[in-house]
Amino acid sequence: MAFKTPADLQYAKTHEWIRIEGDEATIGISDYAQDALGDVVYVELPDVGTTFETGDAFGAIESVKAASEVYMPVAGEVVATNDAVVNSPELLNSEPYDGAWLIKIKVAEGVGALMSAEAYEKFVDEIKH
Amino acid sequence: MSTSATLKRTPLFDQHVALGARMVEFGGWEMPVQYSGIVDEHNAVRGAAGLFDISHMGEFEVKGPDALAFLQHVCTQDIAAIGEGMANYSLLCRPDGGIVDDIFVYNLPDGYLVVVNASNIDKDFAWMLDNLHGFNVELTNISDHASMLALQGPAAEGILAQAAGPELAALPFHGVATGMLLGDIPGIVARTGYTGEDGFELFIDDDNAARLWDGLLALGRAAGLKPAGLGARDSLRFEACLPLYGHEIADDINPYEAKLGWAVKLDKGSDFVGRATLAQIKQQGVARKLAGFELTERGIARGGYELRDAAGARIGEVSTGMPAPSLGKNLGLGLVPAALATEGSELSVVVRDRPVRARVVKTPFYKPRYKK
Repeated sequence: MAFKTPADLQYAKTHEWIRIEGDEATIGISDYAQDALGDVVYVELPDVGTTFETGDAFGAIESVKAASEVYMPVAGEVVATNDAVVNSPELLNSEPYDGAWLIKIKVAEGVGALMSAEAYEKFVDEIKH
Repeated sequence: MSTSATLKRTPLFDQHVALGARMVEFGGWEMPVQYSGIVDEHNAVRGAAGLFDISHMGEFEVKGPDALAFLQHVCTQDIAAIGEGMANYSLLCRPDGGIVDDIFVYNLPDGYLVVVNASNIDKDFAWMLDNLHGFNVELTNISDHASMLALQGPAAEGILAQAAGPELAALPFHGVATGMLLGDIPGIVARTGYTGEDGFELFIDDDNAARLWDGLLALGRAAGLKPAGLGARDSLRFEACLPLYGHEIADDINPYEAKLGWAVKLDKGSDFVGRATLAQIKQQGVARKLAGFELTERGIARGGYELRDAAGARIGEVSTGMPAPSLGKNLGLGLVPAALATEGSELSVVVRDRPVRARVVKTPFYKPRYKK
């Protein structure tokens, strides 16, 4: 199955996507990640104002079968969370890149090791085989 | 995970892949965890029917003049009360009362068939061999060439009637019989299951598994039959509070703690392994007991999460927990101090370092809809 990987986003090895605009960024999970999780039934997000380092777990996404944490692709302070996805977790399955963003952050420092859409597609291909 | 080379596959592996299943490791087997999605498959079983490949389960034949006496010796259940053509749930217990496994015993014209958990096949077989001394019994592990399908849900009876005729579809609850499936596949049909719904379990030889699987799916499609994986099997059995080995029951958990005292027949008229200890435990009462609870704050309990009492002290851990698809609640099971295993007790479940409040509720969460 081919997964969507919009070219204007960057990706982390833990399957989050990030859109960086100036010193702000929006974070969600990839199409591959939502498919691997299955039907999402529960989303837990941090409080606005919380700060995280790169790689910190900032929330959790749960299906009937399992709980998975989501990690910060870059360090920063949470400035907004998406209530729509908390109230309707299934949005993560239907529109992982649009309506189902998870948090917006103020980026703390220089951005580390992120992948382009092309690099992320190769990465996903490798873990599938 | 690239361990698939060492995992066992059932004869239906190609069918699962062709149906788009996601394959996972379970008890040393590469099994389908889901096809269309756990919730969709769960709902199909509650509302229509689901077909499960459970060929990973173990099957032992117990035959010979002392077959009954031997099973009475290793089982807690009264096997003599299982008439020919009937089946029942039982436990194998250790001398200290701990549960070796939970099993199903089927009484067939030519002997008994015992179904054991996939992860316990070797342990159970060795256990039976160890206890075989003095009995004239032919004990055979046929797991390697026996396949098993479960056809479960309110539409299962109608689909089985098409596949095997009205006689087998009219088996009583826990009835078992041999017969022909799809006209020419010899098999054993039993009205048993692990979902809390009416349904059947079908035993056939490995060589016929693919043809029966494909044939049943085609026959049942109009009635809403869907292939269902281990994910739905777990959520269905969890709602009905049917125990899963390694979670609600284990070598160091006794039947009274697991609320399975009904499967221990101390007065069945013959001694059995564990009887003396179990009689003592029953008389003294247990210090901890399985409880079902509902989370009353936002959060989902998962197996292994810590349980605390209202004062914040650690009291145990969750054995199974998940959002229950048919009930719309976040529920869990776990062993807790007996005094707290009563309806209305307040507990908390530690979810990612945060205590989330929960309340003990009645079990089973979902009342089974067996056809009795």
